[in-house]
Amino acid sequence: MSDLRITPLHALHLELGGKMVPFAGYDMPVQFAGIMGEHQHTRAKAGLFDVSHMGQVILRGASFDAVARGFETLVPMDVLGLGTGRQRYGFFTNDAGGITDDLMFANRGDHLFVVVNAACKDADIAAMRAALEPEISVEPVTDRALLALQGPAAETVLAGLDPDAAAMRFMDVRDLVLDGVTCWVSRSGYTGEDGYELSVPADAAEALARRLLDHADVAPIGLGARDSLRLEAGLCLYGHDIDTATTPAEAALTWAIQKARRADGARAGGFPGADRILTDSPTRRRVGLRPDGRAPMREGVLLFAEETGGEMIGRITSGGFGPTLGGPVAMGYVPLEHAAPGTRVFGELRGKRLPLTVEKLPFVAAGFKR
Amino acid sequence: MKFTEEHEWLLVEGDLVTVGITAHAAEQLGDVVFVELPDVGDTVSKDDEIVVIESVKAASDILAPIDGEIVEVNAAIVDEPAKVNEDPQGEAWFFKVKASDPSQMDDYMDEAAYQSFIG
Repeated sequence: MSDLRITPLHALHLELGGKMVPFAGYDMPVQFAGIMGEHQHTRAKAGLFDVSHMGQVILRGASFDAVARGFETLVPMDVLGLGTGRQRYGFFTNDAGGITDDLMFANRGDHLFVVVNAACKDADIAAMRAALEPEISVEPVTDRALLALQGPAAETVLAGLDPDAAAMRFMDVRDLVLDGVTCWVSRSGYTGEDGYELSVPADAAEALARRLLDHADVAPIGLGARDSLRLEAGLCLYGHDIDTATTPAEAALTWAIQKARRADGARAGGFPGADRILTDSPTRRRVGLRPDGRAPMREGVLLFAEETGGEMIGRITSGGFGPTLGGPVAMGYVPLEHAAPGTRVFGELRGKRLPLTVEKLPFVAAGFKR
Repeated sequence: MKFTEEHEWLLVEGDLVTVGITAHAAEQLGDVVFVELPDVGDTVSKDDEIVVIESVKAASDILAPIDGEIVEVNAAIVDEPAKVNEDPQGEAWFFKVKASDPSQMDDYMDEAAYQSFIG
């Protein structure tokens, strides 16, 4: 327990009755009132999540363009073409074409603001430093909390504190003054709902969280519902659905590689594993899977083409119960010939092979304000 | 009523034992979303994994507390797993087993002992 780190909202989590678990080295709330109710609340109104365990990093150089050019050597995304006040999803790749982490990056005018996964942040920061310093400084932001306010009521709630929140579109970033504190805000999230992520000075985080929770539509949400929400939204969890052994094409993430960085683009390649990634013709693909029955099929369940016999064809990488769908839901990798929506496959659960159907992602339509 | 260290409750009426999970267990599990019960007529041995119960978070097993034959199962909790959270020590019983050796019950805790077991 003493080895676990805590976030600036730790005392508030305890006060709110959060059930605490170790996650990526932090003592984090897995649930408050209950995962099912928290999930439904987020889809219906607004949920407040503490994601302060994630890594926030600022990259600065001679200019934003200088930083963008440097960052483009690490990710297959169009960073140079990202406008001021805009954010993109991306991922770091390695020389083998695998994914070493996924992330969000934003053009905040004179610097690039990057948010990476908690479990990968030390390695990500080391890799960025090794590749970019000294021309570009890589500064971990350790004095700010990160909150996410997600759900259809998020706009109304946040606009009540700063009306400018309502003017933001999906993936916009800007400073908002919330409860007297300047926050770095993006209109994005990890639930498939409309919402915001708020980078807040650590010493102001608890007061802002309380202010948001004072709103009748806002409830605290733990990591359990965060996982079921992102799964229904078809979003990858690093270390599970994507990792160094999955390429962007296998993971169905080539949409995140903009034209400028593709084989025929203005700045084609130039990132780790580019040769592999830009010519990749994968034999397997990440797909949505819905068990036909009611039994959840979780990470690690092996997939087969037939109900009896035959070789294993793939495995589930995320799975559980989808409260909005009212049934089990999963993602996993299958060979391309089994990847078309509607294809029937079988998952081996407690010695029995039970049917699943390949389904288009996301399972639950996104509520983004584009 | 008797209690096991696996957080089952056992209601004993002669050689008929009704089995469910305790309110403490239901709370620890969180929202139950799936229950798989044994078949009526199954012969079970103590510690066999005969029930699968899954919450949003995780899967767990329930062990047969005693040797015997399954004589009745509660289909209502298969249809509506949420009942396990609503009324774990009442309506949401799991199965009834006809004990072949009722003396196996002697090993289990009474309510006071169970309360101190869960602290």
